[in-house]
Amino acid sequence: MPLLKVTIDNIEVEVEAGTTIMNAARKIGGSVVPPAMCYYSKLEGSGGKCRTCLVKVAKGSSKDTRPMPKLVASCRTLVQDGMVVENRTSPEVMENRRAITEFLLLNHPLDCPVCDQAGECHLQDLSYEHGLEETRTEEDRRTFEPVDIGELIKLHMNRCILCYRCVMVADQITDKRVHGVLGRGDHSEISTQIAKAVDNDFSGNMIDVCPVGALTDKTFRFKSRVWFTKPFDAHRGCTKCGGKTVLWMKGDEVLRVTGRKDKYGELEEFICNSCRFEHKETADWVIEGARNIERHSVISQNHYEKLDLPENAVEGK
Amino acid sequence: MAKQILLKNIEVPGLASFGVYRQLGGYSAVEKALANYTPDQVTNEVTRSGLRGRGGAGFPAGMKWGFIDKKTENPRYFVCNFDESEPGTFKDRHIGQLNPHQLIEGMILGSYALGAKTSYIYIRGELFYVLRIIEKAIDEAYKNGFLGNNILGSGFSLDLYCQPGAGAYICGEETALLESLEGKRGNPRIKPPFPAVVGLYGCPTVVNNVETIAALPWIINNGGEAYAEIGIGNSKGTKLISACGHINKPGVYEIELGLPVEEFIYSDQYCGGIRNGNKLKAVVAGGSSVPILPANLILKTAAGETRFMSYESLSEGGFQTGTMLGSGGFIVMDETACIVKNLLTFAKFYHHESCGQCSPCREGTGWMEKILHRIESGHGTMKDIDLLVDISKHIEGNTICPLGDAAAWPVASAIRHFREEFEEHVKLQKCPF
Amino acid sequence: MQSKPNITEFNTETLDLINRIINRYPEGRQKSALLPVLHIAQAENSGWLSSETMNYVASLLDIQPIEVYEVASFYSMFNLQPVGNCVIEVCHTGPCWLNGADEILAHFESRLGIKVGETTPDGKFTIKTVECLAACGNAPVIQVGTEYHEKLTTQKADELLSKWQSENKISHTNPYL
Repeated sequence: MPLLKVTIDNIEVEVEAGTTIMNAARKIGGSVVPPAMCYYSKLEGSGGKCRTCLVKVAKGSSKDTRPMPKLVASCRTLVQDGMVVENRTSPEVMENRRAITEFLLLNHPLDCPVCDQAGECHLQDLSYEHGLEETRTEEDRRTFEPVDIGELIKLHMNRCILCYRCVMVADQITDKRVHGVLGRGDHSEISTQIAKAVDNDFSGNMIDVCPVGALTDKTFRFKSRVWFTKPFDAHRGCTKCGGKTVLWMKGDEVLRVTGRKDKYGELEEFICNSCRFEHKETADWVIEGARNIERHSVISQNHYEKLDLPENAVEGK
Repeated sequence: MAKQILLKNIEVPGLASFGVYRQLGGYSAVEKALANYTPDQVTNEVTRSGLRGRGGAGFPAGMKWGFIDKKTENPRYFVCNFDESEPGTFKDRHIGQLNPHQLIEGMILGSYALGAKTSYIYIRGELFYVLRIIEKAIDEAYKNGFLGNNILGSGFSLDLYCQPGAGAYICGEETALLESLEGKRGNPRIKPPFPAVVGLYGCPTVVNNVETIAALPWIINNGGEAYAEIGIGNSKGTKLISACGHINKPGVYEIELGLPVEEFIYSDQYCGGIRNGNKLKAVVAGGSSVPILPANLILKTAAGETRFMSYESLSEGGFQTGTMLGSGGFIVMDETACIVKNLLTFAKFYHHESCGQCSPCREGTGWMEKILHRIESGHGTMKDIDLLVDISKHIEGNTICPLGDAAAWPVASAIRHFREEFEEHVKLQKCPF
Repeated sequence: MQSKPNITEFNTETLDLINRIINRYPEGRQKSALLPVLHIAQAENSGWLSSETMNYVASLLDIQPIEVYEVASFYSMFNLQPVGNCVIEVCHTGPCWLNGADEILAHFESRLGIKVGETTPDGKFTIKTVECLAACGNAPVIQVGTEYHEKLTTQKADELLSKWQSENKISHTNPYL
């Protein structure tokens, strides 16, 4: 099958037919990659919902050179041969990404100072890069009480952006889904309906796929800011999963175990609850070495990295 | 009197029964099509007729049918969208309640053309009493050999069922409707793929509005060309307009497309003028989602030309000075109506009906409602008015389905044409009405 | 309010109806029957859906309970809390508002001594507001069970209320019957 040529922010790349704009951009890498709050390559059917990855298709294909009339979700739009896409280089895209960020923050509590996700939160990164510095809303935010959605997972619904990733994890990774999205519109919530525990060998992956602090690890709750912990790649012989994890350590203490995430924050492999919650001694693990966190988040740098922007990039916000 | 295609017999007592419908020539189109036409010939007649989707989008029906994937081994489905819920729109109920066999006959024709062996009429749950009328009519059609196995000995078989919704405007969006018909939440699907390729149960599916389907028997009986002779420009045939608000004669009217708007509002044959001899202030011409127009712009275009009831004429001037025919929900407001309060009810509606899947619509609709609520109750600021415009601009075009646009357009247009009224609310710190 | 109803079993007549509905869909697609079955379940369960009733519906359709909760909580016709015997649903969208829906709603509230969303202490009436009922030409409009009452006036509302009072109106009847 011949490869398709697509140009994103003036950079040309060749991809196989059936590739989305998002994945073509990931092939190029760097700042031409649109942010993804709901898309998750390992979860079937994910994406299309958060609208942060909207891009402009300036030319549909070499056959049909017309631009697409609206911005499109790059995670769900397939590349055509000769397509020209603008992400960072389109003022319209940057302007709308600013607006989408504002929508996502509209009912968000902005409680980063007390949120365990702070420092590795995709919404935090998104607002830093694309959000306004001021808040234009003075309306009351919708609120929910935090609940235990299972013995080991805390749900702060106030922080949720309804990406549906945790629902897809439960559908696709665990054997039975007991939680879902209930209600409608801005009153939708992640819930089990009746106080029922999410209890499954792989349920902990819901925490790792959550882009924000809506689902957090109760065994790590308030133990440390993530940037004060040091991540190490480690593995153990596990019968349930591949046993490849990251240990988040302070001194000799293992404060938290997570799966290994790539530069887009996606797990390389899903891990089991036993590895995640029950093996918190260094003796449980073979430590491979320090993990390099590639994301431009505060964990690796203690500050945000300046992005290497493509030529003709426009200022956001 | 305008040509009556859909409502010709609507006042005949007992029309909902098979016997009366049949006596008046009902089901002759099915007899004609099954005896003389191949499925593609039926599609051709519909294409020739120029019939456009009557649910609001106005997409050519024949072309939509042409997209259906006939190469797969999978079954194909034909689904009727009877989720009528767009504020101001109540035309489909009129057909379903009074002339269900016309809808059923159209369903048989469409199913035959598309090769569907099972078809569904998805009707909003609030209209259960209409569902019961249609189910009774379906039973009669089975008993008389127009549904079921080997209809009229043609070899064509069809099962037809009614499916209730349960309170969700979003299910009028065709992919949300299909999700709902599969027993799920009414979350619109991300397109492509379109239903013509991946629809109900993953199979090729066409979804059409009640009024579109009800026009099929006449088109088959009289030919697509005869239908195309009615109307004006690319607005062929007749259209049901459900008129409501501050008029003397609210109701459902069948017009030939191309009727002057002024005649529709003031003629005794239609709306009969504004109630109590009041002055016309504004019209929402095609259901709550289309841009509102002030009296001068609904009667004449910005260029001073007569405005007609047609897809093209109503949209003349784009969104700056024009609107859309939409679903034909025609809401008339006289001088006593507060534009801000009316808009607030619409904003509340879209906020309530947003499925919540994508962020601009989920968050933006509620935000707009809250700001409008503040302005209407005298707590708004001048900045709020610009903020509303800004929010609407960033919902529009950025959502998974058209509900976002439908929520944004009324806000943008009301401020575009009635900005002083918003400012007056702010200055007086109360509603002036 | 009386003790909360919790139907977890239908009689054979209802089960027959449900089976006929399930047969309308292709094999393995019985989940399609969820909305019709929830309508029936709500009617049988005094107008609302308890978790137990929803679990029973899940077992009838061989799906997970969460799939039922997700759907029931999405559609506005399903009540997830107990309601009165007679639920009065007042449309308040644009066209009904233009024709006096606010007055009709206020009238019901004052006559029954309750606010929107509340149930009278005797459990007889609940008032709800609903969005457009698609009967705008006959605004203002209310819905009670599967009945529409159109072109409402306060006088007509009074007549209806007295009638419902005297006949102990129950709005949650099986919508298929």
